[in-house]
Amino acid sequence: MAIKQLSIFVENREGTLVTVTDAIAKAGVDIRAMSVADTNDFGIFRLIVTDIAKAKQALDDANAFVSVTEVVGVAVQDEPGALAKVVKILADNNINIEYMYAFITVSKQFAYVVLRVEDNAAAEKILTEHGITLVTEEDMAKL
Amino acid sequence: MIFQKDIETLPRKEIEAIQLERLKWVVKYCYDNVPLYHQRLTDCGVLDGAKIKQLSDIEYIPFTTKDDFRDNYPFGLVAADMKDIVRIHASSGTTGKPTTGVYTKEDLDIWSDCVARVACAGGVTPDDIIQISFGYGLFTGALGLHYGMEKLGATVIPASSGNTQKQLMMLRDWGVTGIVATPSYALYLSEAMKEAGYPLSDYSLRLGILGSEPCTVSMREQIENNFNIRVSDNYGMTELGGPGVSGDCEARDGMHFAEDHFLPEIIDTDTGKRLGEGEVGELVVTTLTRKGMPVLRYRTKDITKLDYQPCSCGRTHCRMAKTMGRTDDMLIIKGVNVFPTQIENILINIPDIAPHYMLYITRKNYRDSLEIKVEVINEALLDNYQMLDGLKKRIEAKLQSILGLRTKVTLVAPKTLERFQGKAKRIVDLRNQ
Repeated sequence: MAIKQLSIFVENREGTLVTVTDAIAKAGVDIRAMSVADTNDFGIFRLIVTDIAKAKQALDDANAFVSVTEVVGVAVQDEPGALAKVVKILADNNINIEYMYAFITVSKQFAYVVLRVEDNAAAEKILTEHGITLVTEEDMAKL
Repeated sequence: MIFQKDIETLPRKEIEAIQLERLKWVVKYCYDNVPLYHQRLTDCGVLDGAKIKQLSDIEYIPFTTKDDFRDNYPFGLVAADMKDIVRIHASSGTTGKPTTGVYTKEDLDIWSDCVARVACAGGVTPDDIIQISFGYGLFTGALGLHYGMEKLGATVIPASSGNTQKQLMMLRDWGVTGIVATPSYALYLSEAMKEAGYPLSDYSLRLGILGSEPCTVSMREQIENNFNIRVSDNYGMTELGGPGVSGDCEARDGMHFAEDHFLPEIIDTDTGKRLGEGEVGELVVTTLTRKGMPVLRYRTKDITKLDYQPCSCGRTHCRMAKTMGRTDDMLIIKGVNVFPTQIENILINIPDIAPHYMLYITRKNYRDSLEIKVEVINEALLDNYQMLDGLKKRIEAKLQSILGLRTKVTLVAPKTLERFQGKAKRIVDLRNQ
């Protein structure tokens, strides 16, 4: 059920993001969601893409330092309080969120949230039980 | 003023006579008391010195190297009875083990004489108040200068390093006339003094005795201008007992070697052959009077030359030029000896990084800093910031515990550091730019 995410190590200097995004563009892969977090020296660039295998190959070919990890994708109504509901369910069940990022699409009905938790399966089970819609990799590709 | 005028102005012939007599003594002393030397002197046929007829016969004796100190750590090279040893100093070594310096009471007395000579040549008089801003501890510099200054009769303030405001307060309030520090710390202090805003006339400072790291001429001039003082340079190392081996006089045309206690030679680094007067090569030194830890033909790895012409100051002991470089890649950062191999040994044993690295040394506000770039190779760490940051902090902590120096570790992506064919150039020293 979990969706795959690319984590790319980027040094804090000019042009590193260009190399990475350029490699994905040339592979003809679309970026669905992204997040960059950084310290003084380096950042981790996280991406959800339409074709993970193709993107990973393109990044490897470009000598990028990249890993693939699984995260939980959640669709929430694009309205006030929707995200609060999701995080409350997780908090009530003692599931810590390591990081998350969100994106909205043209449909405007849903916003999508990418969550990284310690135990994906447990988070998915709890969320499903509470009627939260999860997103699969196929869903992401179709968006 | 010349501290030991009768000795420091001896005619060359007499200096050489003393050296020959003492060389014979130290060879026999080593042969009798240090297993390593006993073996080597036996192997080369010099034995207890029977083969030493003239000074140049020293060439029969094999060199002593830094490795010998490491292999015989901590007291394998000690010649005296441990009950006669009264002091132990140490400096950082190549493998995390320090190099020890071991002294008898007589050694300390001679050491103080040598330092007093250097201080005197640098302009210190018994009327001076000297602030020693070297870090006290195992390091030979602080206590070496301390005892030498006291021997000379100057007033010593054992300030140690750090706490800039307090240093400035003592300089100003206590009428300090001379400062002992590393060149970089002296420069830093001089800048801080300017910033503190008191006029130079509030200070009585007139001279500086700097050491423990190389000082470029431009750096020296800057220190002299900032403090409005006269700065002199000196030379020494733990293996030879610390500072006092040689030092500048007022002519500032080379550092006078304490030739009655040390026998200097210049050799060709590659062939080991002795070179003539004025030729540039590696400095090799034999201690002539040390009892705790005598050293025969120690290869200092410092490149210099010797001048035996009489000096305008009246001293006749030969003069050693400011060191022109080293035969190995030892770095001196914040006064700490650092070998890239030490760093390499640490990095190689850390699993999440590649065995490739680059060292960048910079100087900002007259303070050295060392940055080490390493390639992180464990993909699993990318999932989580804390893990990457934790790796960086672990490496920094490990480096600090071995080097005794705070460093900055920067993680970079795999295969981004230069790969070298042939001799690697992993060190980028930007301090003099």
